[in-house]
Amino acid sequence: MLGFLIRRLLQSILVLMLVSMLVFMGIYVVGDPTAMMIPDNVTAETRAAMIASLGLDKHPLLQYLDFAQRLLHGSLGRSFATGLPVEELIASRFPATLELACAAMVLATVVGLPLGLVAAVKPESWVGRAITACSSLGFSVPTFWVGLVLIMVFAVSLGWLPSNGRGPTQSLLGVQVSFLSWEGLRYMILPACNLALFNAAMIIRLTRSSGGEVMLMDYIRFARAKGLNERRVIGVHLLKNILIPIITVMGINFGGIIAFSVVTETIFGWPGMGKLLIDSINALDRPVVLGYLMFVVVIYLTINFVVDLMYSWLDPRVTLVEAKA
Amino acid sequence: MSAVIDGNAAVRPVSSPMRELWRDFISSRMACIGLASFALVFVLSLLAPWIAPQNPYDMQQLSVLDARLPPGAQSGDGLMTFWLGSDEQGRDMVSAILYGLRISVFVGLLCTLLAFVVGTTLGLLAAYFGGAVDSFIMRLTDAQLSFPSILIALIFLALFGKGVDKIVIALVLVQWTFYARTVRSSAMVELRKEYVEAARGLKYSHLRIMFRHVLPNCMPPLLVVATLQVAIAIGLEATLSFLGLGLPITEPSLGLLVANGYAYMLSGNYWISMFPGLALVWAVLSINTVADRLSDLLNPRLRK
Repeated sequence: MLGFLIRRLLQSILVLMLVSMLVFMGIYVVGDPTAMMIPDNVTAETRAAMIASLGLDKHPLLQYLDFAQRLLHGSLGRSFATGLPVEELIASRFPATLELACAAMVLATVVGLPLGLVAAVKPESWVGRAITACSSLGFSVPTFWVGLVLIMVFAVSLGWLPSNGRGPTQSLLGVQVSFLSWEGLRYMILPACNLALFNAAMIIRLTRSSGGEVMLMDYIRFARAKGLNERRVIGVHLLKNILIPIITVMGINFGGIIAFSVVTETIFGWPGMGKLLIDSINALDRPVVLGYLMFVVVIYLTINFVVDLMYSWLDPRVTLVEAKA
Repeated sequence: MSAVIDGNAAVRPVSSPMRELWRDFISSRMACIGLASFALVFVLSLLAPWIAPQNPYDMQQLSVLDARLPPGAQSGDGLMTFWLGSDEQGRDMVSAILYGLRISVFVGLLCTLLAFVVGTTLGLLAAYFGGAVDSFIMRLTDAQLSFPSILIALIFLALFGKGVDKIVIALVLVQWTFYARTVRSSAMVELRKEYVEAARGLKYSHLRIMFRHVLPNCMPPLLVVATLQVAIAIGLEATLSFLGLGLPITEPSLGLLVANGYAYMLSGNYWISMFPGLALVWAVLSINTVADRLSDLLNPRLRK
């Protein structure tokens, strides 16, 4: 176990180093930072002095070391557009994204798991077929287009729900959240549904396929022969055995939700990290784009790590020492 | 596809894996509908310039007076009917969708083809040579697959800017890994078979063994991946273009058409976004139906 933790930590550090090098190249090699930071109308001497003060006259390797040192101190540089430190910008946007992603995950599970179970238990019935067809459709419709349709139906035509922004927030342990008030929740419904759709389809499909395999097992037949009611057979015998792959996929998909929140946040004007990313890309604000990348990489490494730990905890047959990542 | 197998006369199996797959494939009605439906999408996009009622990017054919007409409305000069409405520049949506479909399908197929070539080559190299080559290529796919593809594509486009070439590179960059992994795992099995030993005994070159002997026998699973990836590439390109990072306005794909209509949707002009989106769903859904059938056929656990 300890060996696994150490190896994993080393691997994560390696990935972070590689990404930070790519990030660095992204700022200093692909893009020309002097063009962004130094005005055109200065004299050659001022220009040279500014380049020196920014450390841009040094060897690229030394520049990278400077950059890495700042990174280790938690500094991602300053935004070209606003002059604010990138880490502050991201920190101010992260709670909104996290809240939306959690809401979408919960929604996808609450909808997807029961429907998937029905489709697994009764694959040939019309309900089962309809659920399977819906999940195939859920895979094929692009997220951004569903978002527009949701806005069109529920915000424009029916006028039931707001379509833009986050609405009022409350402070919970120092973090601003929307889900504590009905008004805040109303703003969250449409974006959360939009973000949940793909994952609900994924959970339905996974539950259906793994549930379908388990249904043929002897222990299910045996449980039924014992005279257990259907609810217990499905709720305990079936569910327990398919939960592990589902939880694993859900964990990995959480990263996907955070990435796809870029699309949903743009459509619904949700003030999260994803919208920050798109706005920064459009404003050519490289430090923010690359700061976002570094931050997201850390999130993914953490998620993968937690999923692996959870996997071994849920399934005693898995030992992490043997697992070669 | 069949040419590859036929050229492989020395090791032709009794029934080729691809031909067997085709026979099983057409026994499902849904799959045939999906295939026919995609064939239709393909033909429509191929013929777009000849069957579209107008050239939607020839400004002289457009009239601002026809802007934002609802579906079924007549143009001001009474010469044409906008069956799916018109956009803010008086452009016929049917024509815009046909041209958009053409670009989306073209980009999707091109990316798939390139990613297929790159990924398959690297995967075959990994399986064939093993050792350091193998672990380098596979660690690369591991690292890349732990990040969502949309994120990698987004960052790439953010750094290098937009354009058809950029988006093709971005999509190939995120998709090659799937082919590399698939071909590697089936090639590992194939490499242990007698025919490979025989080919080695005949002192055939590495390249010849890899591409003419091993590759044809790895085709079925690769085909599933490729089919699925066409749909994913089309969807991803549409998403990136919708975000304004994919194709430039001069090459408006379906994603960009949807984005254009976004602003007018709030005032009730639903058709400008709605119909391009439906066309996209149609294309992706028909490809996915085909891919579903293929993966069912190749899933050993479901095979009788």
